[in-house]
Amino acid sequence: MSFDVSTPTGLLQALGPDLVLIVGAMVLMLVAAFRPESAGHQRRVGLMALGVLVATIATMSWYATNASSTTVHGIIAVDGFRWAVNLVFLVGAAATIALGIEANPRDRIVAAESHVLVLFATAGMMVLAAARDLMIVFLGVEMMSIAVYVLAGINRSSARSAEGALKYFLLGAFSTGFLLYGIALIYGATGSTHLGVIGERIGTFGLAGHGMLLVGVGLLLVGFAFKIAAVPFHMWAPDVYEGAPTPITAYMAAAVKAAAFAMFLRAWLEAFSLLDGSWLTPIWWLAAVTMVAGNAIALAQRNVKRMLAYSSIVHGGYLLVAVAAGTGLGSAAFLFYGIAYTLATFGAFAIVSVMAPTGSRGALIRDYEGLWTTRPWLAVGFAICMLALLGFPIFGGVGFFAKWYVLQAAITSPRELTPLAIVLVLTSVVSAGYYLHVVRVMFMKPRPEDADEPGPVYPLTQAVLVGSVALILLLGLFPNTLATWAKDNALGARPTAVTTNAP
Amino acid sequence: MLVESLTLSAALFTIGVIGVLTRRNAIIVFMCVELMLNAVNLSFVALSKLYGATGQVFVIFVMTVAAAEAAVGLAIIIAIFRHKKSVNLQDINLLRG
Repeated sequence: MSFDVSTPTGLLQALGPDLVLIVGAMVLMLVAAFRPESAGHQRRVGLMALGVLVATIATMSWYATNASSTTVHGIIAVDGFRWAVNLVFLVGAAATIALGIEANPRDRIVAAESHVLVLFATAGMMVLAAARDLMIVFLGVEMMSIAVYVLAGINRSSARSAEGALKYFLLGAFSTGFLLYGIALIYGATGSTHLGVIGERIGTFGLAGHGMLLVGVGLLLVGFAFKIAAVPFHMWAPDVYEGAPTPITAYMAAAVKAAAFAMFLRAWLEAFSLLDGSWLTPIWWLAAVTMVAGNAIALAQRNVKRMLAYSSIVHGGYLLVAVAAGTGLGSAAFLFYGIAYTLATFGAFAIVSVMAPTGSRGALIRDYEGLWTTRPWLAVGFAICMLALLGFPIFGGVGFFAKWYVLQAAITSPRELTPLAIVLVLTSVVSAGYYLHVVRVMFMKPRPEDADEPGPVYPLTQAVLVGSVALILLLGLFPNTLATWAKDNALGARPTAVTTNAP
Repeated sequence: MLVESLTLSAALFTIGVIGVLTRRNAIIVFMCVELMLNAVNLSFVALSKLYGATGQVFVIFVMTVAAAEAAVGLAIIIAIFRHKKSVNLQDINLLRG
């Protein structure tokens, strides 16, 4: 089925999966507000939110096989990349809600709307993945961010949570200002907010050296670097990740980051590929500094949540290498990495939420000592997630291949990124210092006498945990299936427009 | 007029950025963020004289989003005031980067 995105009807049809999610979320918000707040109601709303996500995934799978666009310069992309990234967001959202249903009572959060807000944030991400116009990019970023600001502070009884939310909000709004000013300057230099038109005009009018455009793209890059917490724009991330409820932390580390990357990859490839002479070097340094500094600080962490926060900063740096590659292969590597990283993150945070029921207690690496002797399966699951994040062969499953494809994209890129690939490999070796440290502590140290007994693993948490660990290992055995899928859905692999008509 | 408007917009944006970086009161920081957004609005309006209505449409979107952001932001500031009895960023130091 083919849509003409230039007409309102075609646009609505092309937004089918997004609309299913948005309408479902709105109805569910009414349901959440309809009854007084209680733990039972919260659980019921959470289960319904999972239902909405399943409906969205079903609609999206239909679109992924059947939909195409007839418009050259539509403001909404109808391509494989959009559906593939949406899958990462929707799986991430489902895992967040599943963990949240059981983690919220443990953290004494009674807020049925927390599950609905995850749906709203996911809708914003889906809009962001579809955006081919900077106006839609801005709307997507804000739909996502505003919902996530609330989620970061959803635990109203915790001062840490409120503090994390304030930091996230102030720096997030600050970065939005940069993003927006960047968009205004790009509009001023090219006269359009459409990514495709911007790309064409940069070529036709030879705007690659235009000062206003270069500053605009730079400000856009700053806004994006804040969202993905690239060093030196990362100061907020560890605090926010530590303060937020654990399932939300996982959501921010995996899905929010993937959404920002999907947006930037599309903008970079469709609009600004001619600017690599001036802006490749800053992205190069951003990636290198993020990998080096992130790993160095992660080594010093004693709190598992903070360690994973720095680890997510570092993974943002690895993904920046794929962005710097600036090829379709780079976007394929990003898709592969997105799936692998999401699985490992949710597996790891599922265990963190079991180990640390009430915020900071039980979240230190010391609390994991000798876990193997009391809860062997938790220790094995956490070890596999750590090895996957490290990119260890065989035992780390799909994590190894994720890094492999990023390296491949960097080395085959026409932009000579071999030094950056070397930095990636060396910093990965350094990251073994903290990932393997946790594994060693769990398996080789005795359980301290006064250690708390970890809480029980409830069925939904168990499902997330077993699902992600099983998929990490399974996709590690058959990486080609995932790699083919990623290549088929890379940017530019399937053309956005089937037939041509004048813009 | 275009150059003057864009210069004013850049100046306002810079004042906003300096305010965010130097001020210590959460509400004033937030006001400076709003100043940044409105500086950008000025740019959009000025540029739409050159390129047509897109810039003006963008301004409407920015204002709507800024209003939603203000609602959430002020709620977060109230939440922190309940815990700390202060909105001074120097008093907010449970977590450290």
